[in-house]
Amino acid sequence: MSASSREIDAGGRGEPDRHARGDVDPRAWREETASLGMWVFLATELMFFGGLFLAYLYLRTHDPEGVAAASTHTHEWLGTINTAILLTSSFAMALAVHAAKDARRKAAQRLLVVTAAFGLAFLVVKGIEYGMEWRDGLVPGLRFTLAENTRTATLFFFLYFVATGIHAVHLAIGVATVLWIAWRLRAAALPGWRVDEIDVLGLYWHFVDAVWIFLYPLFYLVNLNA
Amino acid sequence: MSYLEEGFTLRSWLTTRDHKRIGILYALAITVFFFLGGAAAAIIRLELLTPQGDLVSADTYNKLFTIHGVVMVWFFLIPSIPSTLGNFLLPMMIGAREVAFPRLNIISWYIYVLGATFTVGAVIAGGVDTGWTFYTPLSTLFSNTHVVAAVMGVFIVGFSSILTGLNFIVTVHRMRAPGMTWFRMPLFVWANYATSLILVLATPVLAMTLVLLATERLLHVGIFDPALGGDPLLFQHLFWFYSHPAVYIMVLPAMGVASEIITCFARKRIFGYKFMCYAILGIAGFGFLVWGHHMFVSGQSAYAGMVFSMLSFMVAVPSAIKVFNWTATLYKGSIEFTAPMLYALGFVGLFTIGGMTGLYLAAIALDVHLTDTYFVIAHFHYIMVGGSVMAYLGGIHFWWPKITGRLYSEAWGRVGAITIFAGFNLTFFPQYLLGFLGMPRRYHSYPPEFQLLNILSSAGAAVLAVGYLLPLIYLGWSLFLGKRASPNPWHARGLEWKTASPPPKENFHETPEVDAVPYAYNPEEKLA
Repeated sequence: MSASSREIDAGGRGEPDRHARGDVDPRAWREETASLGMWVFLATELMFFGGLFLAYLYLRTHDPEGVAAASTHTHEWLGTINTAILLTSSFAMALAVHAAKDARRKAAQRLLVVTAAFGLAFLVVKGIEYGMEWRDGLVPGLRFTLAENTRTATLFFFLYFVATGIHAVHLAIGVATVLWIAWRLRAAALPGWRVDEIDVLGLYWHFVDAVWIFLYPLFYLVNLNA
Repeated sequence: MSYLEEGFTLRSWLTTRDHKRIGILYALAITVFFFLGGAAAAIIRLELLTPQGDLVSADTYNKLFTIHGVVMVWFFLIPSIPSTLGNFLLPMMIGAREVAFPRLNIISWYIYVLGATFTVGAVIAGGVDTGWTFYTPLSTLFSNTHVVAAVMGVFIVGFSSILTGLNFIVTVHRMRAPGMTWFRMPLFVWANYATSLILVLATPVLAMTLVLLATERLLHVGIFDPALGGDPLLFQHLFWFYSHPAVYIMVLPAMGVASEIITCFARKRIFGYKFMCYAILGIAGFGFLVWGHHMFVSGQSAYAGMVFSMLSFMVAVPSAIKVFNWTATLYKGSIEFTAPMLYALGFVGLFTIGGMTGLYLAAIALDVHLTDTYFVIAHFHYIMVGGSVMAYLGGIHFWWPKITGRLYSEAWGRVGAITIFAGFNLTFFPQYLLGFLGMPRRYHSYPPEFQLLNILSSAGAAVLAVGYLLPLIYLGWSLFLGKRASPNPWHARGLEWKTASPPPKENFHETPEVDAVPYAYNPEEKLA
């Protein structure tokens, strides 16, 4: 194995066939391949959350008033603050991708840290919110004390915790990966093949953000007039 | 130097990123599970020799058919052809040196092993008794067995499927050799590509369903439990939204294998190549729209039933196109009855019977009578075992010289193929009759008038067991003492035959250039 092919292998991707693709820029080839891989993965993720949305749809169509009543127990201010935090983090991520493409290593690194900080802030707010819900007895199966409309409310909060919990796991993975990539950018000059890593990470980050954009109205904004 | 000689240590295998070695790692793992699932089936058939429940208790019987189903579906059939032959051959068939993401590829194998430990753990801890479908509320409320561990195993192994599918999709899009256009790709590649689309789009839905199921069971909160305001039909919809397409995950790659073998040993270009491609995509697409036919008697709306029935009949159209095209390929061909060819022809015949009886089950009125009887068991075993396992074994024989560099004994190969074909029919044909007469599935005892047919079925299972052990012996023997294989012992046309047997690590010393249609077995058809 030659030195150059070992370098490429270290990135975890197959060697673009130089004989076959002498006319193709290997860096561009890698970027497009990595990006296609991430899009296919996001298709999987979309179907993963799809099952959850179907369950929500079922609950909402069977007892719309019950869902509306249950949703008044969520903390819509915390949800709104978190929406703003996450959207801002996506903005920072978009700028980080931009900086990486312009080979501005320092800027990319700083923006990634900002992105991770906002992601972490989201998780902290979410944790505080979970704590308040635990205190108010809104956790099905473990501590549920809501007296009125128990059945639908239980299912509503069951779906709420599964959905926001899985979303938080995705975000935590995102934060860890963003920090790891930022760490690796600390000294060395930005080699070409890391640009596509940041690009692909950006796709993932925006997807996690987009999922929240759907969860936010479904759980917080069902009934604001109550 | 071949890929087998790149390193002889265990470490060189367990840290490999070579798609060929990963294919072999998968083959070893699924073979273990095939015999584990087979052992469970053997005890089931022994129990059913007599009408009384005398060998095992009803509880044990429930655990046996559950573990048989879980292991065979998720740990053998789903990864069988894509993860073994697909991993080994797909990059070679499109003239690539690697899959797009080699590191993900080996990670997917480790995820498979991790899932397998959960499943084996569930078995050792005492088993699961819900059936492979994990229907609620049995699985969430009533079962006292290790449901969560088994569900974890299935959940985890799903991610290995997803990663394999993702890898194949990107590989086919990005790694084709110069001149390898979409309509020059072998049907095996088409079939694995379509399978990958299903893996990527259907498996995550099962994953979410299992998350909800496990949470419901652990916390006693029910989105599926009617006593708590949930709906068990929701579980069935979500489960079959994955598990019906999963049937096509299991059979599409088998169709790809059969296409390669039949065209080679008929010495004729496959009939209607483009229609075969469209039929593969058609089956994959329709496969997503027919899940409700598993729920005709569940209480879903009658109108939904009618729509699902009609759509299920429509799947038969692309399937029939494939059967007719295989038949037309044989017409006026110079047919050679080698062992792989016997397996492939067996596949076509058994798939046809399994498919036609599927039409009986798609007819709502008839399905009410046949639901939950042995007719259903016979139907899907004709597809899954008669179809997929036959094709898998056919493929193993066909590409054995390429994979190992050795020739197996052709005479023993034919004996094995015929034994399996005979044993299979003896096992499962009586089950059609039993089901039609009304014998229900999933009971360890039955009325005495069903005994004769059950004895025939159990006798068939014994023949089948011999048939499955035979290849293990003579293929194992050929590894050490078989004759060295030439690069292309079958005079086949695919790119994988243009390199050494076994191939070098980088597959091709020089990247092949493709300038012809696939399967150019007739010399005058070389260019299209």
